[in-house]
This record gives sequence, C-alpha cells and structure tokens, in this order.
Amino acid sequence: MTAGTELSAPAIGGQLATFWLDGDLYGVEVAHVQEVLKSQGLTRVPLAPTAVAGLINLRGQVVTAIELRERLGRPPRPEGTDAVVIVVRLHGEAVSLLVDAIADVVDVDPTDFEAPPDTLDGSARELIRGAFKLQGQLLLALDVQKAVSA
Amino acid sequence: MTFPKRLAAPDPREKSNVDGLDDIVEEFLVESHENLDQLDTDLVALEQEPDSRERLSSIFRTIHTIKGTSGFLAFNRLEEVTHVGENMLSRLRDGALALTPTRTSVLLQMVDTVRALLASIEATGGEGGVDVAAVVAAISAAMDDEPAVTEPAVAVVADEAPAEAAPAAKAPRKPAAKKAPAAVPSPVAPVAEVSAPVSEIPVVPAPRPEPAVEVADVPDGEAAPAAESGGGQARRAVADSTIRVDVDLLDELMLLVGELVLTRNQIVQYVGRSNDTDLVRASQRLNLIASELQEGVMKTRMQPIDHIWSKLPRVVRDLGLQCGKSVRLEMEGRDTELDKTLLEAVKDPLTHLVRNSVDHGIEAPAARKAAGKPAEGVLTLRARHESGQVVVEVADDGAGIDPHKIGAKAVERGLISVDALARMSPADILQMIFLPGFSTAAAVTNVSGRGVGMDVVKTNIESIGGTIEVESVPGGGTVCRLRIPLTLAIVPALTVECSGDRYAIPQISLQELVSLDAEKAATAVEEVGGAPVYRLRGELLPLVRLTDVLGLASDRHDGHVVIAVLRSEGRRFGLVVDRVINTEEIVVKAVGGQMKAIGLYSGATVLGDGTVALILDVQALARRALRTETTDRQETRESASSAAQAETERQRMLLAAIGGGRRVAIPLDTVTRLEQVRAESVEKVGNREVVQYRGAILPIVRLDRHLGAYGETDREVLEVIVYADHGRSVAIVVEEILDIVDGEAAIRSDIDDLGLLGSAVLGDKVTELLDVRAAILAADPAFYSTPLDSLTAAEGVPASLLEV
Repeated sequence: MTAGTELSAPAIGGQLATFWLDGDLYGVEVAHVQEVLKSQGLTRVPLAPTAVAGLINLRGQVVTAIELRERLGRPPRPEGTDAVVIVVRLHGEAVSLLVDAIADVVDVDPTDFEAPPDTLDGSARELIRGAFKLQGQLLLALDVQKAVSA
Repeated sequence: MTFPKRLAAPDPREKSNVDGLDDIVEEFLVESHENLDQLDTDLVALEQEPDSRERLSSIFRTIHTIKGTSGFLAFNRLEEVTHVGENMLSRLRDGALALTPTRTSVLLQMVDTVRALLASIEATGGEGGVDVAAVVAAISAAMDDEPAVTEPAVAVVADEAPAEAAPAAKAPRKPAAKKAPAAVPSPVAPVAEVSAPVSEIPVVPAPRPEPAVEVADVPDGEAAPAAESGGGQARRAVADSTIRVDVDLLDELMLLVGELVLTRNQIVQYVGRSNDTDLVRASQRLNLIASELQEGVMKTRMQPIDHIWSKLPRVVRDLGLQCGKSVRLEMEGRDTELDKTLLEAVKDPLTHLVRNSVDHGIEAPAARKAAGKPAEGVLTLRARHESGQVVVEVADDGAGIDPHKIGAKAVERGLISVDALARMSPADILQMIFLPGFSTAAAVTNVSGRGVGMDVVKTNIESIGGTIEVESVPGGGTVCRLRIPLTLAIVPALTVECSGDRYAIPQISLQELVSLDAEKAATAVEEVGGAPVYRLRGELLPLVRLTDVLGLASDRHDGHVVIAVLRSEGRRFGLVVDRVINTEEIVVKAVGGQMKAIGLYSGATVLGDGTVALILDVQALARRALRTETTDRQETRESASSAAQAETERQRMLLAAIGGGRRVAIPLDTVTRLEQVRAESVEKVGNREVVQYRGAILPIVRLDRHLGAYGETDREVLEVIVYADHGRSVAIVVEEILDIVDGEAAIRSDIDDLGLLGSAVLGDKVTELLDVRAAILAADPAFYSTPLDSLTAAEGVPASLLEV
C-alpha cells in the first residue's frame, strides 16, 4: 500500500450518499451531492464523448449528464429501466451522474477503508478510490472529480 | 451653450433631463460631486489629525483629478481654483506647510467654490459668473501665512448662482439626504398612478417620482431650501439620480431576467392551448411585463457608443497629420446604446477600421483633387439600431476597393481558385479582405489599399456574435458595416430539427431559408465533384448536411430539403436540416467544458417546452464542414489525376497553331476553358502581360513567342487556352485552335527543344508536344509554388503531364 492511498483514506470518511450500479454499491461524499432526481428528458449531444449521456434541464440550468455505467466500463442499463440522476456540484458547476438506483446515506468509518485491489483495472481503477467493508457488502468510494471529467 | 430643455418642467416620460449635456461633462460632474462629498469629510477629519498623510494624499488626488479634467474640458476658472488649491495641498502633503484652521477654512472655501462652479456648469453648461479671484487670493494668502481674507470668499458665488455655496453646509451628510427623498416618493407616486391605464403601471413608475423628489427635498435642505428647490433640480439629474452599481450585480440581474423570459415563454406557450380567458389575459400581461423588464435591465448595462467614439477624433486628427491628409470626422447616432461588455469589445476593432480608413481609404489631397473630390476627406461613423442589432458603420469617401485587385490577390495567394472567384459576385469578393492570410504582406496595402489585420477585426467582432461586411465603390469610398447584437445573454435564434433533436442557430448568421419539395429537390440539388450544391439565384451554394456533420441519420425520408442559408467568415453555405421549427429568443446557457471541447456548440438553451437544445456554432461548423469538403474534393481530384496517369499512353490532345505553320499539342485534360480575348484588353503588369478575366487577373503567355515561332502580332482577337489548377490560372495564347485528336504518345520522337516535350505524328502531321509546365511557368513563375496544403497535389498533377 502506498503512502498516497493512506493519506487519501481518511478524507473519505464521514457520510456517503450511496447508489446502485450494475449490482454494486457505490458512494460519493454527501457534501458534493446537490440533489437526486428521477429520470429526466435527455438531449443527446452528437460527437460528445460516449460517457456523456446528454444534457438535462435542471430548473432552467443546463447540466451535463454522465452515464456512469459507460464511465465505469459496465454494460448498458437494461431496456425498460430508468436511470436515476444524481446532481453533484463541483467547483460551483453542476454535473449529473446517471445511476441505477439511489440507496441510503451511510456513515462510514475510515478504518473500514481499503484501497482498490490490485486486480482492478481499466477505467474503473481510476475512478474507484477504494472500498469500505460494510456488513455483508462492499461500498465502493467513487472519485467524483474524475468520474465527471469524461 | 444653453439648455432650455432642462429649465422646463421635467417631463416624466423623459429618460433624463440632461441629454443636452455632453456625456463627458456629465460624467465629470457625477464623479466630482462624489469626490467633493468625500473631500468635505476628509477635510474635517484632517483637522482632527493634521498629520494624516493618507488623508492629505486623498484630498490632493481628488483636487488634482478635478483640475486635470477641468483643464481638459476648458473650464478655466475651475482649473484656476483647483490649481492653487493643489499647490497648497502638495505643500501640506510634503510637510512644507502645517495645516492650520485658517488653511482648512480656505480649503473648504475652495471646495465650496468648486461646487458652485460645478453647479453652474451643470445648470448652464458654462462656468457662469462664479468669481474665483477672491478664493484664489485667499488660498495664496493662506499659503504665505498671511491672515486669510476669509470674508469675501463666502461671497464668491453671490452673483449668478447665489445659493449654490450653501450645499456645502449639509454636504457631509449628503448620503442621508439622498436616501430620504428616494424612499419617500415611491409610495406616493404609485397612488397617483393607480387609476392610469393598466399597461402603464408596471412599466414606468421610475421617472414619475421626479417631481415628488423636489418637494420632499425642500425640508431636507436646511441650509438653503430655496436654492435647493431651484437649482437642485438640474443637480439631482446628474449627481443624485445616478448611482454606481457593481456590474456583477447587473449580470446577475440579467441572468435572472433571462430565466424569467424563459419561464414566460413556457407559460405563454402553455397558456396558448388554454381557453381560460383570465389566464390568457394574465399571461399576456406577464408577457408584456417580462419584455419590458428585460429591456429595462438590459438598458442598465447600456452605454452610448459615444463612449468609445469620443476618442476617435483625436486618432483621426493625429493619423491625418501623419499621413498628410485632411480628414473630417462626422458622427451620426452617437447616443446609440450598446451593452457595456460589447462596447468594450468593439472598441479596438472600430479604432482599427477608422485608422484603416484614414490610412488607406482616403486619398492624399492632391489625388482627391485630381479625382474631382474636395481635398478634405470625410470619414463618417454611423450607429443605429436595426432589427434588434446595433449597426455601426465606418464610411469614407476615399478611393474605394477594387474587387478585381482583391480577387487577383486572393488567387495569387492561393486563398481561392479562379473558378471559385469567377462565380463570386464583386460584393463577395470584397469580403475576402477578411480572410486570414490575405492581409499580412505590405504589398497588399499597395495593391488593395486596404487590409492590415482585417481578419483580426473580424475575429474580434465574431467573438461577440457580430458580423462584419464591407461595401465599396471604386473611386467613391468604402463602408465597413458591423452588426453587433444588443446583448450577449439573449439571442434571437432559429430552431431547427435534425434527426429528431432540436438545435438553435443564432439568427445573426442566418441569411435566408430555402425549402424544396421532393420533386424540386431532386433536380435542384446538384453535385460538383461529389459535393452537393444548390443554385441559389444562379450562384452555387455549397450544401452541408447537419446530419453528416453530427454523424447522425436524417429522419426525413420524403425527399424534401430544407436549407438554412448561413454566412460565416464571408462564405455562404447552406445547412441542410430536417425541419425548421420556429424563431425564438433564446437565453444562452454555458455548457460544461466537455461540450465546448467538441467545438460545434457555442452553448445550450432551454426551449419553450423545457427541453434543452444545443446552439450551433456557425463559424465552427463552417470551418469544419467547408474544410473537410475541400479536402474531399481534393482527394477526388487526386484520384482522378492518378487515373489519368494510368491512361497516359492514349490521351486526347488539343491541337493548336502557333504561327509559322507550327502545330502544338496540349493534353486536353489540362485545359480548363477556351476563350477569346480582345487584344486591346491585354494589359501590362511589370513586363508581364495580363488580362482581366471574370474578375481576376490572368497572366498570359504567348505561345508563339515562348516557342520562338513568328505568328501574326496584330490580331484583334486572341485565342486563349485557360489552364487552371489549385486556385491559379494562366492563359496560353495561340494563333488558332485546330482540333481535338486522340494522341498516340508512343510515336513521338525526343526532339529536345526549349518548351517542348518532343513531337509526335498527330492527324498525319508532325506536331510538337507542349511542355505545359514550362509554358505555365513562363506566364506565372509562382504557379506551382502554391503555399497551401494543396502543395502535394500540385506536384502530383504536373508530374502526370510530363508523362505525355
């Protein structure tokens, strides 16, 4: 384990807003989350990176929507299921993430944290800072900054 | 100067009762009043702590500023007073003098006098009868440490503006006095207005309280009530009716209003389907109010264009002297208002255009006289509002620009092909002065008399969503016309549909819409080397399919073609969309960095029904689409030439007589056109012969001279073979065009002569094979050194010719 991950570990303690994506539980810092919305009408953006699902109208504000499944290299969401939109605010700019379903806000203990396994590769490795070992479930800590810079 | 208008009772509808006053003076007054209020406080505080260098410096700066500006505006007495005051202050500041109560008094007197002068300037436009000698003497005396003659100083203002000295008494508490009248009348005024027609209420209550302010102010001005109500009116107009507002706050307001407009659009659209008359009426009113509000907020950011024009007379004068030209600057529509940000953005381009006009547009006095024009050139700046845009023109009555020269230059620089040039109208050719790369060399200035950095001007104007065009009458003058949006936040746009999605196209780049039904489209949309074009009133309009650019599939299968004719960077092209939806005012929303990086969208907007639509960046679109198109075409041309290479063994040849019984063969595929040119139209450029051809200058090579034959020289009509490639053309003059034959390159002998590749028997006669490359180089030595990305192609083509 490197010093870098040791240092970053305590920074993601506290409360995480969790959500489901392709069977896994992920969490982002509550502080970043502005709101959670039901599926929204998306305006696609031709020629945009594939992870950009489109633009949504958030009360008059135009917000980019990132398809997190695409971003994490997961298969597309099954037909007929609607995505849930998590609007996160980073550096004053709102960006939204499309996920499968929203879950609870969880208090996490930094001591439960562990860096991602060495076998994890691909784009997921960049975006997952590590896992919190919860009871019967791993909670993957998502690096929001990197996730939205599609 | 008198301003009788302001003496009349204030018209509530009038936006300001000081329009007559020069803007600079007005600004000066506002600023000075503010400074003087500060000065009073500073001076009194200074008495408490006479050693505060900071306060002394602040006072000194204030007086210095007033002095400087008054000198500039030629208010001599004001300058005189402030000058002695400044002297004293500088000595106080430097510690050469100590601040005594006497000195403080004379300084306060000076402030009063300055105030009186300012009041007089505001009331009459001049310094009036305000006497300054006494206070100047008092200050000088105080400096010399003589007991000051304070008494007369009080009377300085007695004659013309008797009460104006009084405000000083209440001056330190000015802010309070300002607030009070503003607060009082507002509840009063609406009461009086309630019975007025409905539409008036929300819109213009602001100017109404004006008379009430005067009334409310009287008890407030304890020191000189009478004076305040008399002279105060004009004064309030300038100083107290203005407040400084943070531009950020205005931006925020603007944004909110933008949102409101958007919501209004949604409501209006929704209510349009409703039968509830009350709701409809309410929404109509909302519609109206929102529009007025939008306009009002926009106005807060508006400044007259004179702000940037006011610096130009000096520029023109200096440059005129420098160039030895006499130029009169005229301005029309100086009060045309423009968003502050936009104003800043057009400042440099405008200055550039003016400089250009003086430098290159207007001729020297001698040349003007020779042309039958008055020796003094006239440069006219015009500004006006026109269909939601501000049009600014820089017009001169100079030599104008010759489209032929521009065209020739553009061809020579490889910016455009001769064919393309031939298709262009003179007006379009002129716009080429804005092409990057057109204007870098000094030679351009000599030839065209125009054009240093015009592309930069254009880029700047386009960056704020504006356009620029140029009109010129050779010998009669040039007009550069800028079209600038009123504001950046709200843009009129055309919404179109493409592949099921809607996109917005800013209307500023839209020229017209063409709709073709299936039957017509089948014949009207033609192809030039694989590139679709449409004949728009006889001119070929390159078509760009939005679906192709965006990598989508069109969902229009009925064969209809809808073309939005767009103009960008002087080029016109047709954007083929699926459907045209509507025109509407859209609020430009910023999009994330990833969207911007795509380089096709300038932003996004929320449409009336709440869906997000991308705003197409027409400039970027043109750059992307038109460039790929030209490379496509180049590729096809290249493949065509390589195909020709494979067939060089048998080639169609043009047979021409060059005099002296000699015949030459020229590969037909190198020939662009056969023309006849009248001999007298041949002109000289240096020692080369040229001819004007379709708006361009065509270099000529006479084949008989080139090959050492002796043809007749006194023909009236010259037979010309035009050869064009990669934007350049030359004309080859022969004696007579004989025939077109199939050439058998195999039976040629290598008689190596200058300018020939050899000879062959064609049509039973020995015929010389022309070295086309050499002939062309004789006409235009730079022909093959085209400095463009077509270079590789250019080398490929002649290589194939050499195979003949």
